[in-house]
Amino acid sequence: MLKVDELSVHYGGIHALQGISLEVPDGAIVSLIGANGAGKSTTLRTIVGLVKASGGAVSWNGDRITGLATKDVVARGVCLVPEGRHVFPNLTVDENLILGAYSRKDRPGIAADRDKVFALFPRLQERMRQKAGTLSGGEQQMLAVGRALMTRPRLLMMDEPSLGLAPLVVKMIFDIVKTINAEGVTVLLVEQNAKAALEIADFGYVLETGRITLSGPGKQLLADEGVRKAYLGDVKPVGAVAR
Amino acid sequence: MTLALFLQHLANALSLGSLYALIAIGYTMVYGILRLINFAHGDVFMLGAYLAFYSVATFMLPWWGALLLAVLLTAAFGVGLEWVAYRPLRDSPRISVMISAIGASFLIENVAIVLFGGRPKGVTVPDVMNVKLTLGGVSIMSVSLVIPIITFVALAVLLWVVQRTRVGMAMRAVSTDLDAARLQAIDVNRIVSFTFGTGSLLAGVGGIMWSYKYPQLNPLMGVMPGLKCFIAAVIGGIGNIPGAVLGGFLLGGIELLTIAFLPTLTGYRDAFAFVLLIVVLLVKPSGLLGGAAVEKV
Repeated sequence: MLKVDELSVHYGGIHALQGISLEVPDGAIVSLIGANGAGKSTTLRTIVGLVKASGGAVSWNGDRITGLATKDVVARGVCLVPEGRHVFPNLTVDENLILGAYSRKDRPGIAADRDKVFALFPRLQERMRQKAGTLSGGEQQMLAVGRALMTRPRLLMMDEPSLGLAPLVVKMIFDIVKTINAEGVTVLLVEQNAKAALEIADFGYVLETGRITLSGPGKQLLADEGVRKAYLGDVKPVGAVAR
Repeated sequence: MTLALFLQHLANALSLGSLYALIAIGYTMVYGILRLINFAHGDVFMLGAYLAFYSVATFMLPWWGALLLAVLLTAAFGVGLEWVAYRPLRDSPRISVMISAIGASFLIENVAIVLFGGRPKGVTVPDVMNVKLTLGGVSIMSVSLVIPIITFVALAVLLWVVQRTRVGMAMRAVSTDLDAARLQAIDVNRIVSFTFGTGSLLAGVGGIMWSYKYPQLNPLMGVMPGLKCFIAAVIGGIGNIPGAVLGGFLLGGIELLTIAFLPTLTGYRDAFAFVLLIVVLLVKPSGLLGGAAVEKV
């Protein structure tokens, strides 16, 4: 279980996170939604140690991981698929995947995980010798997820996986998230696409300018009047949403 | 000009060019990984030459033992330099790191003046490096033949490491996206140390070969070669290893062919390096082998 306790982050004079607390129970999908600049990405980047916290603590399975180097957090099974995918464009698809397992020594395990990624994303296998920079946005997102899976995460954090992708690809990515979760990987999802994110979430948090303002089960947040107004762009009562 | 004389100049150009190339590789590797111009690289080169000198003069090592020891110590020094002067500034604005690099350069030069003395020291060139080889009217010293060989072996090994090994893969990853590399649990610091160690090792070899070719040492001997090799790296496309080698050869070639064909302008030989730099930057700002600069979004 991931536990974030009163986490604070300052960027220069800006108080980006103002003491947020949240929990991600084992096996769950938890979504963190909010507007641009609310601090969603900062939250994930702080958990994984790319950004320094100015206060508060993050613990993973009871161990404090605040202040650890990113590589040590990742080695403990907490992994982030960054916003904008950030695959290595000048490396091949296969090299990207191999790098995902950089800290691991178990060759057979690595090979098995690579096969698993290829089973999950057959497209990546077709393109394994291609430079990652030549892939489409959707394929790059698949590669970013695949590369993250190669670290053998127990908690997979995803930052805006649907950003800039076609609706069909978005649906596919969210299906994959569900599949990964069904195999026992805990998921913490950050999304601007609040509807999709809350629909698959067991639990959700709403982040507004550095504070958690609302939390509850995904379905309950979806039905919440304030959430609907602010993030779903409609004011119709529940049940009346045309699909 | 006779053919023999032209070939003579060409041989000299090849040897000087490969020496430049050896040093330029260090600039380009460090830049490729950290986007940092290691201004102290020329001083690391100087240090290599002095370390070999003292290993022979003070510790009475045979020349090859001195070379080996000096090269290893220079590599270690490069790693230490990064640790002290650059690592604490890893996430600082680039200008801070650049100032630190310039500071490190001045510090090394001045400490060297204090420790080694400002007066030039004569180097005893080992006999094997001092054999005069003559072939069809062209005569060179054996060291001038050894340098290109070292450069090409180093180039081949480096390309193999970067393209074919795990650590090379990690180097390419770190060079394109530092944060993404951290997220794959890559030990970025270790990769950076490896890069500095390799670059400094080559600079150490370069410094020692330089001292065999021009057997005199002074604490500021690294300044001008350092600057020129930086230019060579930029001309070839900084961040690109074959580019640095190409740039080194171009620079050596232009310098010595100037002397060959325009002997009256010999005093301006260093100016030609800068003219070449300006021309290349005007025509192809990313360098001859450099790709188009990709802006991170």
